[in-house]
Amino acid sequence: MNSNPPILEIKNLRTSINENEILKDLNLTINKGEIHAIMGPNGSGKSTFSKVVAGHPAYEVIGGDILFKGSTILNLDPEERSHLGIFLAFQYPIEIPGVSNEDFLRLAYNSKQKFYNKPELDPIEFFSVITQKLELVDMSPSFLSRNINEGFSGGEKKRNEILQMIVLDSELSILDETDSGLDIDALKIISKGINTFMTSNKAIILITHYQRLLDYVKPTYVHVMQNGKIIKTGSAELAKELEIKGYEWLK
Amino acid sequence: MVNQSKKTLDTNITKLVNQPYKYGFSTSIEKDIIEKGLNENVIHIISQKKNEPEFLLQFRLKAYKKWKEMKCPEWAQLKFSEINYQDIIYYSAPKIKKKLDSLDEVDPELLATFEKLGISLTEQKRLTNVAVDAVFDSVSIATTFKDELAEYGVIFSSLSEAVQEYPELIEKYLGTVVPIGDNYFAALNSAVFTDGSFCYIPKDVTCPLELSTYFRINDQNSGQFERTLIIADENSQVSYLEGCTAPQYDSNQLHAAVVELVALKDANIKYSTVQNWYAGNEFGQGGIYNFVTKRGLCAGLNAKISWTQVETGSSITWKYPSCILVGNNTQGEFYSVALTNNYQQADTGSKMVHIGKNSRSRIVSKGISAGQSKNTYRGFVNVNNKAIGARNYSQCDSLLIGNGSNANTFPFISVQNSTTKLEHEASTSKIGEEQIFYFLQRGISLEKGIELMISGFCREVFTELPLEFAAEADRLLSLKLEGSVG
Repeated sequence: MNSNPPILEIKNLRTSINENEILKDLNLTINKGEIHAIMGPNGSGKSTFSKVVAGHPAYEVIGGDILFKGSTILNLDPEERSHLGIFLAFQYPIEIPGVSNEDFLRLAYNSKQKFYNKPELDPIEFFSVITQKLELVDMSPSFLSRNINEGFSGGEKKRNEILQMIVLDSELSILDETDSGLDIDALKIISKGINTFMTSNKAIILITHYQRLLDYVKPTYVHVMQNGKIIKTGSAELAKELEIKGYEWLK
Repeated sequence: MVNQSKKTLDTNITKLVNQPYKYGFSTSIEKDIIEKGLNENVIHIISQKKNEPEFLLQFRLKAYKKWKEMKCPEWAQLKFSEINYQDIIYYSAPKIKKKLDSLDEVDPELLATFEKLGISLTEQKRLTNVAVDAVFDSVSIATTFKDELAEYGVIFSSLSEAVQEYPELIEKYLGTVVPIGDNYFAALNSAVFTDGSFCYIPKDVTCPLELSTYFRINDQNSGQFERTLIIADENSQVSYLEGCTAPQYDSNQLHAAVVELVALKDANIKYSTVQNWYAGNEFGQGGIYNFVTKRGLCAGLNAKISWTQVETGSSITWKYPSCILVGNNTQGEFYSVALTNNYQQADTGSKMVHIGKNSRSRIVSKGISAGQSKNTYRGFVNVNNKAIGARNYSQCDSLLIGNGSNANTFPFISVQNSTTKLEHEASTSKIGEEQIFYFLQRGISLEKGIELMISGFCREVFTELPLEFAAEADRLLSLKLEGSVG
């Protein structure tokens, strides 16, 4: 056993939903301190990949393996994967009426604390923790009392995802098109949040369509996914090339 | 495998859905029952057994006559097989040898039954701030804190006792808010009601305790027809709570109750219900048919009546707690959470009738439907031409869980004067797989996630419940719902 295994290792992964095979023989290795960008045309399997790693029950793994820090996670529930340090920032964060952001964030935070037998925070203690984090994504405390994503603008929803990532301090964060639909100011705020959050002990996967985000968050590698597998891997330069040439030339 | 984690999720769900109904046991006890069936003779027998004054027998017979001419209402969004009224026992009482002077003489089996339901009637263990009237099938078993309440002039007893001790109050008020021929089930109840609670709060008195009645249907073949009458005299206040459970049988039992509230000038009545009758099994077999007429009369200036209900049980619920706002500046409120799961059907809502000037009403209804159930809100706001300056606010929210359930809203509004201010809001939302996954991905368990969503959805209503019961209601709902997502 490797004493310092990669954070994430995808081996010959094949998955399907409703008997449609989406990921076909996917391989990917991500080490600590790395930021990987995954690009590719619509329908290539990028979002499926993110949900499968997080353990979404709708997808069936029909072959291969997913290793998190050297151990398979295929038999783990989504909440266990979350506790271990896997975070997914959703492409379309869902609205949850009647539940305040503050309660949600505290419950998420305390669930993880409990999992590691660490003390849970009461609302007052948590408030002082959360107010510091709010500044990192430039959100006002008034946002805490609002219901989760309800009536949020597109930018607020995405910032909320980044805030949750910061609160849970996840080791592996998958950001599914967190940059889409953002204006340039919001993009800067989110990029700043990601860069402050990133350390040499963590890894981030950025799923994106645009080179724009990568101007602010520098990727270690850029992958192109097509038809359920990675067809090309390169440096940050690859993204610039794709911006100009599109995906057709790779075929 | 991801597949496996889906299976775990599904197993959890199944386990939780099949939470056994905690109150499904039955008590075997020697009973005084009469023959099945309904006719004038049965009414005479009931009246005789209860040693009733002549006016009450006439009240019953008149109601029976009306009922025979009426038809079971069909406008509700409910489907059920025809009820055979000749196949029901109209009087079933635990055998009691002599008149009870103290609880020591109550059959220990009965005390144990209520103990098991979490309602302690014995001196040492009873709730310190709640007076309880316990009704078992057709009769009231015991009423706690009677003497303590009497010191304040508050009368709290079973209706049967009140008929004997305060016949003039009964004759004056019974049937004044819900007339005997009001509707099919009210007429039936007026003919054959057996017991219930009676409560009178004298002028200028704030009732020092929460009053509560606990209804238990035990017998498989008997119907429960109880009647509650609460009178709050001028400038008095009372908070009242009813709870209901029944054993688990695979046949349906009929429950047709009537509740009448009278609030005189400056009086305030708060009436809360936590209804947890047996709801039938996951295939829709068994459960209580709950046809209830509840109405409050705000008779005098500034009177206020507030209904709060948490309806989780019964295979069928047909219930529209209403307020008749006769006095000027009167207030009526209705807060409701109705939850249906499996094959349960609920058609519930409220009626607000504005007659007095500046009368105000507020309806907040939350319907939660899971499984294959049907949940309907039906409301009627009627503003009379005399009700100058009347106001109504209605809000109906529906929450769907899963893909098989059904929610309907039928708000009916009739306004006959132009000074009325009226607001109506409605929303429908859904707890689906994606919401659940959002919680799970953030490390929050399925149970916690649902609990949080449900309690958030119901918050406005739960805050209206007496403190002791708000937490219980919260727990009851999550217990009933957990696992219905998938």
